[in-house]
Amino acid sequence: MSKILLHGTEAICEGAIRNGCRAFFGYPITPQNEVPEYMSVKMPQLGGVFVQAESEVAAINMVYGAAGAGVRAMTSSSSPGVSLKQEGISYIACARIPCVVVNIMRAGPGLGGILPAQGDYFQATKGGGHGDYHLIVLAPSSVQEACDLTYAAFDLSDKYRVPCMILADGMIGQLMEPVELPPLRPLSDIPEKKWATSGHYGKERRVLNSLIIKPEELEPHVNELQRTYDEIYANERKSVSYLTEDAEIVLTAYGTVARIVKSAVNELRRQGIKAGCIRPVTLYPFPDEAFAACAARDCTKAFLSVELSLGQMVEDVRLAVNGKKPVYFYGRTGGNVPEEGEIVEAAKKFLQQAEEVK
Amino acid sequence: MKVFEKTKMLTDAHMHYCPGCTHGIVHRLVAESIEELGLQDKCIGIAPVGCAVFAYDYFNCDMQEAAHGRAPAVATGIKRCLPDRTVFVYQGDGDLASIGMAETVHAAARGENITIIFINNSIYGMTGGQMAPTTLIGQKATTCQNGRDPAVNGYPIRVCELLATLDAPYYIERVSTHDVKHVLAAKKAIKKALRFQSEGRGYTFVEVLVSCPTNWHMQPVDALRFMGEECTKTFPLGVYRDKSAERGEE
Repeated sequence: MSKILLHGTEAICEGAIRNGCRAFFGYPITPQNEVPEYMSVKMPQLGGVFVQAESEVAAINMVYGAAGAGVRAMTSSSSPGVSLKQEGISYIACARIPCVVVNIMRAGPGLGGILPAQGDYFQATKGGGHGDYHLIVLAPSSVQEACDLTYAAFDLSDKYRVPCMILADGMIGQLMEPVELPPLRPLSDIPEKKWATSGHYGKERRVLNSLIIKPEELEPHVNELQRTYDEIYANERKSVSYLTEDAEIVLTAYGTVARIVKSAVNELRRQGIKAGCIRPVTLYPFPDEAFAACAARDCTKAFLSVELSLGQMVEDVRLAVNGKKPVYFYGRTGGNVPEEGEIVEAAKKFLQQAEEVK
Repeated sequence: MKVFEKTKMLTDAHMHYCPGCTHGIVHRLVAESIEELGLQDKCIGIAPVGCAVFAYDYFNCDMQEAAHGRAPAVATGIKRCLPDRTVFVYQGDGDLASIGMAETVHAAARGENITIIFINNSIYGMTGGQMAPTTLIGQKATTCQNGRDPAVNGYPIRVCELLATLDAPYYIERVSTHDVKHVLAAKKAIKKALRFQSEGRGYTFVEVLVSCPTNWHMQPVDALRFMGEECTKTFPLGVYRDKSAERGEE
């Protein structure tokens, strides 16, 4: 199949559309405005629904209603807007309504800036809203992957009845790259949702609810959620390793930064330093096995997490490495993206530190 | 000889409402209307947060429980995707006119083809009697213990009047439950709203004045009298929009 040149946001839309998304609810915020704009054109053409909601709060609750009625539904926003959606996401997680939420991250905290950042890692992977729950969190590192992971997100979300988040930084959202699009999946191919509240038509009525007032009922419910997260952890962890087999230093990054880190690894190798990298594709569940495997190797002396934050994913890296090797951090914030040379220098510095400690 | 039968649109669940509260009456009016219109099978209801939070246990149809104030957005999501279903929203005054005012106004402004049943009892019942956006001037609540003072607490919001400034709504009426005559009139309005929706005519909104003897600290009969004599002064009953009458569509 031939490739076409697509914007990151358009690739996300096409990934959704081609896997049966027929309802989109959004609210304008930079840098993701192209998503609602694209969907406002495409949804009506496909017999789907587009509503520009009055707020991010309303948009996520429209997703609750539409997805609860059995339709594949999506919303997108950027960091401050995603904070507003957290109430709705918590309700959706408890009521077990599958849906896809896209966060094209911008720099924070607060209103912050509109340039790329990865400061929402904690919010995305640790729950985000109130209560004990998780989302499946996928982190695209190219426009192609933005399409493919959004496509996959709908199946994952339906399979586990757990909401799925596409966590992309503003660079992935605003990049243009060649993409091979998957074929348009017929709606008849998507499994029926027997729990959906779509009118019971004489059968047993169905209720979608997150109020479970009796403690003897709420505890089993959240335990069941946790069992699902355990199953997701067992089945769905995904990462891409590059030159880690003999690496002295293993770098790690996701999204845009992973691409620069890969270049830095090549440059380090050219300079005679055995570097490798791990790119988590799923941020929740975190692909800890890839890190544990490297940590167990004698050749690996240090890890370095590179992020557009003050150090968020690095905490999961440390848990995965479990004290076996030192884990270092290098990050930029404010919408600044590190250059290859900065990362090469940081890797050399931390590798030296690790050797001195030894 | 059978002289009365409970509507099949209500489950047999034991309702949790306080003695003297007229929520239960409104539940029955909504349920009977849906059954009489033959809409039960294709009906989806949205329960609020507040006294009616357990409504999903009482209405015998598919139900979604919404976050506080978000029911009109949830209803929008359902109805836009399944336009041939009947979607009704049941909300109290705190839910609809305070935390959910944005969702309320915008669903109305978009002319969503849904029916909103707005229960106005001038108080936060479920949380124990705090001031509501509809608490009357001088009315006591746990967060305005000397009575609502406009200088401190502002004035009650008249939602029917507010929504009637919008172009899209098809039908807006305020009714009451303080005596049999008004209960019957309330039934008529609710049934009309649901019928309009099922005919695809547009946004329909029925505000129902309801008593709260528990948090008004009154005997049930006194509460009904207060509703009829005082609440209706701040919240005049009547039709605020009826495009069917304006257009002669009935």
